[in-house]
Amino acid sequence: MLSALQASLFGSTLARFCSVWIMLVLAGALFGTALSGWDPEAIDWDALEAGPNAAHWFGTDLIGRDLFARIMLGARVSLMAALIATSVSILIGIPFGAFAGLRGGRTDQIMMRMVDVLYAVPFILVVILLMVVFGRDPLLFFLALGAVYWLDIARIVRGQTLAIREQAYIQVARTMGAGRGHILFRHVVPNVAGPALVYATLTIPAVILAESFISFLGLGIQEPQTSWGVLIADGTRTMESAPWTLFFPALFLGLTVWSFNMLGDRLRDQYDRETRGYTRSIETMRAASE
Amino acid sequence: MSRYLITRALVSMLTFWVIISLVFFMVRAAPGGPFDGERRLPPEVEANLLAAYNLDQPLARQYLDYLAMLAAGDLGPSFKQKDFSVNELISAGLPVSLGVGLAALAIALTFGIGIGLFAGLSPGTRTDQLLMGAANLGLALPSIVLAPLAVLLFAVWLGWLPAGGVGSPAHFVLPPIALALPFVAAIARLTRGSVAETLLEPHIMTAHAKGLPQRRIVIRHLLPTALLPVLSFLGPAAAALLTGSVVIEQVFELPGIGRYFVQAALNRDYTLVMGVVVVYAAFILLFNLLVDLCYARLDPRIRIDG
Repeated sequence: MLSALQASLFGSTLARFCSVWIMLVLAGALFGTALSGWDPEAIDWDALEAGPNAAHWFGTDLIGRDLFARIMLGARVSLMAALIATSVSILIGIPFGAFAGLRGGRTDQIMMRMVDVLYAVPFILVVILLMVVFGRDPLLFFLALGAVYWLDIARIVRGQTLAIREQAYIQVARTMGAGRGHILFRHVVPNVAGPALVYATLTIPAVILAESFISFLGLGIQEPQTSWGVLIADGTRTMESAPWTLFFPALFLGLTVWSFNMLGDRLRDQYDRETRGYTRSIETMRAASE
Repeated sequence: MSRYLITRALVSMLTFWVIISLVFFMVRAAPGGPFDGERRLPPEVEANLLAAYNLDQPLARQYLDYLAMLAAGDLGPSFKQKDFSVNELISAGLPVSLGVGLAALAIALTFGIGIGLFAGLSPGTRTDQLLMGAANLGLALPSIVLAPLAVLLFAVWLGWLPAGGVGSPAHFVLPPIALALPFVAAIARLTRGSVAETLLEPHIMTAHAKGLPQRRIVIRHLLPTALLPVLSFLGPAAAALLTGSVVIEQVFELPGIGRYFVQAALNRDYTLVMGVVVVYAAFILLFNLLVDLCYARLDPRIRIDG
């Protein structure tokens, strides 16, 4: 598993590039604001709308704030959104899918039909509505994003659960009189968590994108905090006189989303290849024993 | 097949009801009333306002009234734009939004399928790799990055097209293209994969063995099978196209319902926000139903079973 992970993350030049970029963004989110020597909110009156130079690596915005420092602040928001929302989606998706798969029958049918129905809801609009109604609290915003992205994970976990529910160790647990909750959380969830986590890597770019999208419209993160979406919106307003205010945040958002997508795809392909081998070996074993 | 379609239609209606209820109760759960301004209103005025907007009734009653109103096609008055009903505002914006959305859909389908077919018919060649590399790049450009960059390049620097607003056909060139581009990439990738896979199917080999001309094989035998994944992608894509159009309308300053939605959300105009969500949801569901209908016509398994 570890070597497979290594292969997905560093196996090719492209994958190495993506991994290094994500690590740089992570480092930037943690230490970047200190690195540039400028406070993200400090105004440099001598450099209003200045282009990239030695003092301000990415230039400054309309009111003289250091763009590099602000982009690093935005990285912090994006990764925070990714972390919180993805965790929430896993926390909802895994138990939901595992429960449906384990129960099977009518319960499963109804729960999965519910998921189908929810797929057609324009959720971005619901998140926006939530922001409008309950105020723009960043934590609530990230939690709401997570509550929207659990559908895929629930589906995958349910499929995995169906695949393992007739396996010996689950049947043994059942025969020993283990309770439903015990089987669910001690036997099923640990075994389906792997694939769920693999697919969750594709939730990360989706969440980052959704966060910037809503913030871009002015409905998510607000001043004095900032996010890549807010910076792109600001950049759009000043792009004629200061194109760098649009370029740099757009570059960071685009590259980061692309890197996460590439790595997520690779990880999933790798995992699919391996598990297909694994399920096939179980099938051959079963066929041989019958 | 008719049974399949009836089930789908019932599920869509159920979904619509879920969305309406979700939106209604979420808005009603909002802390503070819609008329809490800087100054406290005299109690009589507030009572009259609440009565005018049907907010003085018990919640269950309001809910049923809202459903009844919706059933009659009335989305209610706007909370903030006092002289307008939500219906008037939406019908003013809808033609713009629909026009841009449908144009984008047409572009995405034409170019996506075209490129995907071209690449998929000769998988592994240099053209294939080049086209798919471009498609991967296209997927990585979200609308909030693509749209402003397009304005900067074509309107500000090259000066070929207007930057935003309405008034001439030239204003409607960039918005649909910018909206469609990520979908062109996604559809091209899907089509390419499924065309390359279908090429290996026995029925295509049979058609080749019978000596049918290539054009006929592609149109009659290959595409109906190969386009099924594209069709099922269109359902979820409708929702994404719509959220994309909100950004596009914002960047290009188009007076569509996406812009009304953002403005209403910023001024906390609850009824208008609700109205737009309801209209959007209706469109998405209708579109999904249409996709299902096409699917049922194309996929022999559904055509025969249901």
